[in-house]
Amino acid sequence: MPDTRYAVAAVLVTAAVTWGLRALPFAALTPLRASGTVRFLSTRMPAGVMLILLVYCLRDVPVTHTRALAPLTALAVTVGLHLWRRNALLSILAGTAVHTLLASLVFTG
Amino acid sequence: MEIPQAVTGAPPRPVPVPPPPRTSQARAAFKDSAGAGLAFIPLGLAYGALVTQSGLDWWWAGLSALVAFGGSFEFLLIGLVTVCTPLASIAVAAFMVNVRHVFYALSFPLHRVTGRLGKTYSTFALCDEAFALTSGERARSWPGPRILWLQFSLHLYWAASSVAGALLGSLIPAGVTGLDFALTAMFTVLALDAVRDLRGDLPTPVIALLSAVVARLLFPEEMLPVAFALFTAALLARHFVTGRRAVRA
Repeated sequence: MPDTRYAVAAVLVTAAVTWGLRALPFAALTPLRASGTVRFLSTRMPAGVMLILLVYCLRDVPVTHTRALAPLTALAVTVGLHLWRRNALLSILAGTAVHTLLASLVFTG
Repeated sequence: MEIPQAVTGAPPRPVPVPPPPRTSQARAAFKDSAGAGLAFIPLGLAYGALVTQSGLDWWWAGLSALVAFGGSFEFLLIGLVTVCTPLASIAVAAFMVNVRHVFYALSFPLHRVTGRLGKTYSTFALCDEAFALTSGERARSWPGPRILWLQFSLHLYWAASSVAGALLGSLIPAGVTGLDFALTAMFTVLALDAVRDLRGDLPTPVIALLSAVVARLLFPEEMLPVAFALFTAALLARHFVTGRRAVRA
């Protein structure tokens, strides 16, 4: 079992790397904000980043297995509800509830 | 009090709006964060429960949630710490998983956050969800305090639910699984809203999905950084190709 000093150091190392990655690019990229290329990228970046993170969340879905029906059904419910009602809270809650019910009760394998 | 344009006959001119009081900024920010908070709380509970199940102390869940605020890597960190991975390897892993944040500097509205302390905190707490909520069309009018309050509330939900999960983890019935889908559902909602903001720019989501799938198939271990790099490169290529065509026409 890791000792306390090591476990705290691991958190601090992670924090330093993460904060560096979040803060330093502003110094490097802020002068570029006026450039047309950077504006082109920055208006398209949010949608692309969210789609990539979504695929990342689904990366381990076993597509050849019936267990995949739980996340895929929940995904369909989330998308359908969001296109219909445009209520983020409702879509997330319903999608999560459907997934938890299916994963806990139906596709338990 | 607004005077109708037709009455004054003056050309449209930006009217300086007095900043709303601080409390209403905070209240608006807490409302903005509700959807993400709903995803954070079950995930934070799951994170805390996993920390104590892995044999780490309950306070470590709170410390890591507060100090190393970045959900997806924290789940990995539990596994790394329990097998005493060298700190240098943890640093490399944190870099690989979190390098995507480099791209956030392009559109996160840090220029609206004022003061050195505010900017320091804002970059520190720049998680995926904070970026997603503040860089979209809807957030274009949000002033600095509203952005900071939003980040603070996300940070608070995450830290508090992690501690709660660590303390209450043993109470969750063993058969209940799948709450972690909240993260997927949240990114689904954020992606749908962001794609709608593009107003019919279909190539962008197609490029993003292709980048993600290619990265998943070819570099499953480094999927996120590879996907972001492919996506950025493809967008740049598209920008230069269409730009040149426009100049020629």
